[in-house]
Amino acid sequence: MTRKRWPVPVRRAALLVLVLLAPPVRHGLEATMTAQMLVQLPLLAAAGWLLSGAVPPRVLARVERWSHRGFTGLVLVTVTAAFWMLPRSLDAATSHTLISVAKCLSVPLLIGLPFGVSWPRMGFVVRGVFLVEFVASFFRLGWLYLISPIRLCNNYALGDQQRLGGSMLAIGGGLLVWLAWKLVWGRFESYSSTQVHSSPVPQQ
Amino acid sequence: MRAGIDAAWTAVLRTSLASGALLLAGGVALAAATDGFQAFTTETARRVAVRRQPADLPAVALENQSGARFTLADLRGKWLLVDFIYTRCPSFCTVLGGDFAQLERQLAGPIAQGRVQLLSISFDPTQDPPAELAAYLRRFRGRDMGGWQAARPLTADGLRSLTAAFGVTVIRDRLGGYTHNAAIHLVDPEGRLVDIFDLGDLDQLRGAIERKLSR
Repeated sequence: MTRKRWPVPVRRAALLVLVLLAPPVRHGLEATMTAQMLVQLPLLAAAGWLLSGAVPPRVLARVERWSHRGFTGLVLVTVTAAFWMLPRSLDAATSHTLISVAKCLSVPLLIGLPFGVSWPRMGFVVRGVFLVEFVASFFRLGWLYLISPIRLCNNYALGDQQRLGGSMLAIGGGLLVWLAWKLVWGRFESYSSTQVHSSPVPQQ
Repeated sequence: MRAGIDAAWTAVLRTSLASGALLLAGGVALAAATDGFQAFTTETARRVAVRRQPADLPAVALENQSGARFTLADLRGKWLLVDFIYTRCPSFCTVLGGDFAQLERQLAGPIAQGRVQLLSISFDPTQDPPAELAAYLRRFRGRDMGGWQAARPLTADGLRSLTAAFGVTVIRDRLGGYTHNAAIHLVDPEGRLVDIFDLGDLDQLRGAIERKLSR
């Protein structure tokens, strides 16, 4: 009986998740609101995104039938992200084991993975709208965290919330500069067209 | 060519259906997670929850500033105003202490009739023996009018079940103190947590108590 090896992306994703969930790492990242939102959640999503490299083309084609140019995947990503952006969800994920498990499963599988599958298929306009909305969210939430006089999470201190707000404004600003740079000097579709055949529609 | 266009339309149709279903499911999940878009934070959620469904409180053994022992169940029959403090607290508890001192004066009538009682519970029992609790009370009020007592839970388990039942989260800060969701909790004569008020919102709180007492 031959031992079947997991594909490289799956092994990398599993390694990343295992490192993130190792008790000292997890504890450290969940000790502050800033680390949880700006390090832990993005890295969990990145693990899911790595996984998307292992999805067989046959499955991708099937998904594409229900997610034309990655649109349904994008909706899934947005809805799941909206849920985890609720201060209440973040609080609950810190204090309740079951919610914590839900977070560690859903962020890679319902945010990172569908994003990795959808992004290469998305058209210029959808990508542009998504990126602008993404940057806008950083500004909106960052501003809220920075100026809110009350703590939004019972598990985190006000100073931490304000530091997160400041960091999010800085990241949002950086993304905006990058986006403006791309708009003026770059092309959004430049790297996708070489990786994916954009349309599965049979040409006759 | 015709078949290609049909296939594209089928894909768009399916995508619309799938996206619509996801949005609907997401909306339902978000509504459920926020009590119908009312409570986006844990703090609001616990207030919405107790107003909807009063919470039973555990009969945890407490020791007050004079060393007397009792449980919350012993205080049944009165309306209780409960806050959570630690006596070394430099910030919120100072506001809470001031609020309670003011409430003790303003509610002197119902307190004298034995219908209202104020109770400050320490979540730092090892640092807050009766002497510290007594000093905390002295710091805020001119004279003891008998309507406000401070107490500490006698066991760590008792403390945990109390904070869990009230929905109080205590986290350590960098200065060796604590940060906590400070509020004033209203317990009815049956010993159930029925409402939670913000600090510094005494008019609203007094109004609520007077309405309950006049019933």
